[in-house]
Amino acid sequence: MSLFVQSIINGLNQGAVYALVALGYTMVYGILRMINFAHSDFIMVGSYTLFYTIPLMVAAGMPAWLSVVVAIAVCVVVGVTVEQVAYKPVRGAGSMSALITALAMSLFLENLALVLFGANPKSVPEIFSLPTLKVLGITLPSKYLVTLAIGILIMFGLHVFIKKTTLGKAMRAVPEDKQASTLVGINVNRVITTTFAIGSGLAAVAALMYCSTYPRCTTEMGTMLGIKSFIAAVLGGIGSIPGAMIGGIVIGLLEIFIKVYLAPGWYEAITYSILIVVLLVKPAGIMGKNVGEKV
Amino acid sequence: MSKKMKISYLINLIGVILLYLAMTFVFDNGVLGAKTTYITGIAIIAMMTIIIVCSLNLLTGYMGEFSLGHAGFMSTGAFSSAAVTIAMLEAHIALPTLLYFIIAILVGGLFSALMGFVVGIPALRLRGDYLAIVTVAFAEIVRVAFTNFPITGGGKTLSGIPKVSDYHYIFWVTVICVTLMYMYIRSRFGRAVIAIREDYIAAAASGINVTRYKVMTFVLSAFFAGVAGGIYSHYMTAIIPTFFNFMKSSEFLTMVILGGSGSLTGSIIGAAVLASLPEALRDFSIYRMLIYSVVLVIVMIFKPSGIFGTWEFSLPRIIFKLFGKKEAKGGAAK
Amino acid sequence: MSKETPVLEAKGLGIQFGGLKAVNDFSISIGKSELVGLIGPNGAGKTTVFNLLTGVYQPTEGTYYLNGEKMNGKQSHQVVAAGIARTFQNIRLFKKMTVLENVKIAFNKSMKYSLASAFLRLPSYWKEENEIDRKARELLALFKLEDLADQAAENLPYGQQRKLEIARALATDMKVLLLDEPAAGMNPTETAELLESINLIRDKYHISILLIEHDMSLVMNICERIVVLNYGEILATGTPEEISQNPKVIAAYLGDD
Repeated sequence: MSLFVQSIINGLNQGAVYALVALGYTMVYGILRMINFAHSDFIMVGSYTLFYTIPLMVAAGMPAWLSVVVAIAVCVVVGVTVEQVAYKPVRGAGSMSALITALAMSLFLENLALVLFGANPKSVPEIFSLPTLKVLGITLPSKYLVTLAIGILIMFGLHVFIKKTTLGKAMRAVPEDKQASTLVGINVNRVITTTFAIGSGLAAVAALMYCSTYPRCTTEMGTMLGIKSFIAAVLGGIGSIPGAMIGGIVIGLLEIFIKVYLAPGWYEAITYSILIVVLLVKPAGIMGKNVGEKV
Repeated sequence: MSKKMKISYLINLIGVILLYLAMTFVFDNGVLGAKTTYITGIAIIAMMTIIIVCSLNLLTGYMGEFSLGHAGFMSTGAFSSAAVTIAMLEAHIALPTLLYFIIAILVGGLFSALMGFVVGIPALRLRGDYLAIVTVAFAEIVRVAFTNFPITGGGKTLSGIPKVSDYHYIFWVTVICVTLMYMYIRSRFGRAVIAIREDYIAAAASGINVTRYKVMTFVLSAFFAGVAGGIYSHYMTAIIPTFFNFMKSSEFLTMVILGGSGSLTGSIIGAAVLASLPEALRDFSIYRMLIYSVVLVIVMIFKPSGIFGTWEFSLPRIIFKLFGKKEAKGGAAK
Repeated sequence: MSKETPVLEAKGLGIQFGGLKAVNDFSISIGKSELVGLIGPNGAGKTTVFNLLTGVYQPTEGTYYLNGEKMNGKQSHQVVAAGIARTFQNIRLFKKMTVLENVKIAFNKSMKYSLASAFLRLPSYWKEENEIDRKARELLALFKLEDLADQAAENLPYGQQRKLEIARALATDMKVLLLDEPAAGMNPTETAELLESINLIRDKYHISILLIEHDMSLVMNICERIVVLNYGEILATGTPEEISQNPKVIAAYLGDD
């Protein structure tokens, strides 16, 4: 029983990270119809920023978690730069070009990090020095509660932002019809850039959450995390914000439960199989809608 | 077959034989001195890469669909062929090296083709981004599987694979593979595949069974990737599943795109150059992917069709031109 | 209407998208060598009818037959194999392929040589390839496109792209041809040429044609019968004279424009 509850806690924690990363994919895909492969590397960028800035914060006598502000800033700058320099010029060139460019940017960031930071993993210092609670044999690190709370808060905030604000509404309008959006006075370029900024900022928060559980960063840490989060986004219904959250939590729980109860060596293979099954059975995902090609 | 076609084929054959003789002369006589073994190794890796990059171009360039998991097919070929030849060694089956080699590449190719079939049938109902991500998932499943199966090393390096890949064999296998792929493209099958890339709805409306040709091409591409895998494992003699990762798949895709999607010449040159560069310039290797990725973005912005576009090199064309004859219709390029 | 089995027959064909009935109770019967026009205001569901008759969409109601054979459930390429070919409103050519190759694609279904034959360039490869090369060039000559055989399809002027699409459809050796606004965007000279081509292929191949067209003079000129579609349902059927005097039709067009 305690193992079960423990797995739920661990799964939710894991799922919250996936959900936050999935949000980044889903927002960009919703607006540009492209898989932003580099998104996973924004998390890597965020993690390295944390690694380098936490000691500075601590030395300056400030709380370690303030580094996340720096990380968000760095990620937003990187994300918007990638969008402006690489993605914008190929925007009209079709999905093939977009996909290759995104892949190239992902390779670029990873290999740039390799050159700058080296191949050795870096261990990120403790971010929250909070006590670990033990209740009835269940280990509940309070940092899990903090990350979970941050995750829920951000998702809720984003949801409100998109539903209520003008910019948020514009973000929903652009994917429906780019030309019509321009006609009604929406600055499409600005909306796209904002989307990238928010998505990249979320990646920094995801980095914080990830590093508080697995305090290690490598140059390719984003790759697998990214692919799984993308799977979460697809599972939830790509383009849908609640879908990304649900998808993330489902994948997180599934992985932990398979790892604990079924086949520890195979849990990743099962995650990937889920993707294939979902795409075949219900390509629109849990919350998405089907879009066919007009003939 | 017209007389001109026959002459074209003959010219190509002579060209390939001359290339082979030149290579043999250089490598066997140690013209390069102490570096001969080292350079032979580079040539082997380059040839193997040529096969896999051409096979990926069948999908990406000609069919217009992405595979970001081609290393998964190569992995399937490498491990399945290794498992079979190791079992043969343990059973003390004494066969000539050439036979071992042929068995290895055929087993690798067929296993990989089978895998291509199993993945292709469901996956090819999807297109574009979705298919791309499914191929990534497939390659990861392959990696996890080979890490868990005892017969493929059970997470450790699989070693003791017979070293039967020899550059003489590899040269001819490469020639055969590339020729077969070329013949495929320049046939009704290839024509249908290109039509599907151009407009799959119009292709179906012209009587093309889109799914059938897509699966066929996918399986064929997987087969050749598996052959490359067989060559690889029987040259390296020790392999690990994590070698065939997402980065490896991206690297192959980079070569296809830079060389020119829709040009086998581009794939051959792209593969040969990009596969040998890091070997030749060791200091360069850490910057390799960094530079590739920048070049890739520049190419996507300024010349999305890649360096060679859809242009094909043709030896007969050059020779006919030199001797003032008119080019043969649909001249076989190599 | 002919007494023999109609070449193309639809009975109560309909399709729903979500709760919306895009086409409802569509029935038609086209005899051999007959040329029928399908007209109606924008959004009346004309192209949807074509999509239903070519396997792009599967009808949710009704059935359709080609020479008495039921076609429901067949995929696009199977419908083509059976003998219904079409062109598209927004020209769909294989843009990067040559004009000749565009036509050759449509001959693929009549080609038999195996994969092995392609790999090894066996005699069957050469025989069939040479044969369709000849046939495709003949067909292009019929549309006066033979000189452009080696051009990329995308480089053709608009009118000739339309013609090439018809040539490609013809190459499938079909019995019924569905033309979706073949004269759209053409100037009067091109339209006249197109008319000539349509009459030519009808006389030469004895095929039945169903034609969607906005150019009323063209429709009134060449169609033997006209079906008027409005809001997904048939409003009227009749000869051009009957249709041009039908008050419901006039109301539908006036009301819409």
